[in-house]
Amino acid sequence: MSGQTQRLNVVPTVTMLGAMKARLVGATRGHALLKKKSDALTVQFRQILKKIVSAKESMGDVMKTSAFSLTEAKYVAGDNIKHIVLENVQTAAIKIRSRQENIAGVKLPKFEHYSDGETKNDLTGLARGGQQIQLCRGAYVKAIEVLVELASLQTSFLTLDEAIKTTNRRVNALENVVKPRIENTISYIKGELDELEREDFFRLKKIQGYKRREIERQRANAKLFAEEQLAEKVSLQKGVSISSAHNLLSAAAEKDEDIIF
Amino acid sequence: MAGKAQIPTKNSALISMIADEDTVVGFLLAGVGNVDLRRKTNYLIVDSKTTVKQIEDAFKEFTTREDIAIVMISQYVANMIRFLVDSYNKPIPAILEIPSKDHPYDPAHDSVLSRVKNLFSTESVASGRY
Repeated sequence: MSGQTQRLNVVPTVTMLGAMKARLVGATRGHALLKKKSDALTVQFRQILKKIVSAKESMGDVMKTSAFSLTEAKYVAGDNIKHIVLENVQTAAIKIRSRQENIAGVKLPKFEHYSDGETKNDLTGLARGGQQIQLCRGAYVKAIEVLVELASLQTSFLTLDEAIKTTNRRVNALENVVKPRIENTISYIKGELDELEREDFFRLKKIQGYKRREIERQRANAKLFAEEQLAEKVSLQKGVSISSAHNLLSAAAEKDEDIIF
Repeated sequence: MAGKAQIPTKNSALISMIADEDTVVGFLLAGVGNVDLRRKTNYLIVDSKTTVKQIEDAFKEFTTREDIAIVMISQYVANMIRFLVDSYNKPIPAILEIPSKDHPYDPAHDSVLSRVKNLFSTESVASGRY
């Protein structure tokens, strides 16, 4: 998968060369931008990673305290409060609002909780343990705060992880596939154009040589002709046509074989 | 792919729970519980009689419901349906594994934390947790 095999299938023309060069510029710019994006995402990712670890730790503590306070509430108010709680569920008082945060073009979800309506006080009217139940409720609300924070961090973590992977894949694809291919195509077109130029040059040379030879031949012919003319003129002055002289000789040669011998 | 996953922006979403009774009671006390018109709850109490099938169904239902933003699941419950939790990869609802009272929290089992741990080098935060 190297060298000549990896190039686009194009017609080697000057126009195509220009188009390829433009594409190479585009690919380079895209590569630089994506690299920057990947870096930005990685920075964000690291931050979230740190936050997740610390949030997980604090989650452990918060859950422990809330479990303790529930046990306290149960101890004070009697074990049957859980049945009362389970039966009194109507609509959620604590709800989640989700919105998006945009980090380098990646949309990260962000949760925040809010309490909807009045806090239910129907349990505090019980005979015993109202104080403890209130404390327990407070502890669990605090736990929810931490958990909601953790949830949004965790979701961001997963989303960012995916986004970074995709971006890196694109960066690598541009760097290792698209750009070499375009570069190969450019060098192929350049080679091909050079070859054409050499061919053209050679053809021109050839034609020039042919022309020169032709001219020389004509000149030689003209010279010969001029010499003949001259010879004719001279012989005419002597009274014999040079052609007839030729003829005389040749006719003699034909007819009388032994004119001399 | 992250870019394609739609993140709905909603103003009121619920937290759902799959946990043991005490944890659920605690959170219900704080007021996350919701019962809709068809008497469907947004929580599942897991006790010794709950089957894995029930947990699976509840998990699938909670993760496909539109009005739920976060699913909190006790870690020991998550371990029962680990394959489902691990194969879940949507951003919303977010799955959150929480420690429960009588099962100590093990960060190695958490599908997200194990990935976090992979990404961190050994000398940093992860090593301090054990």
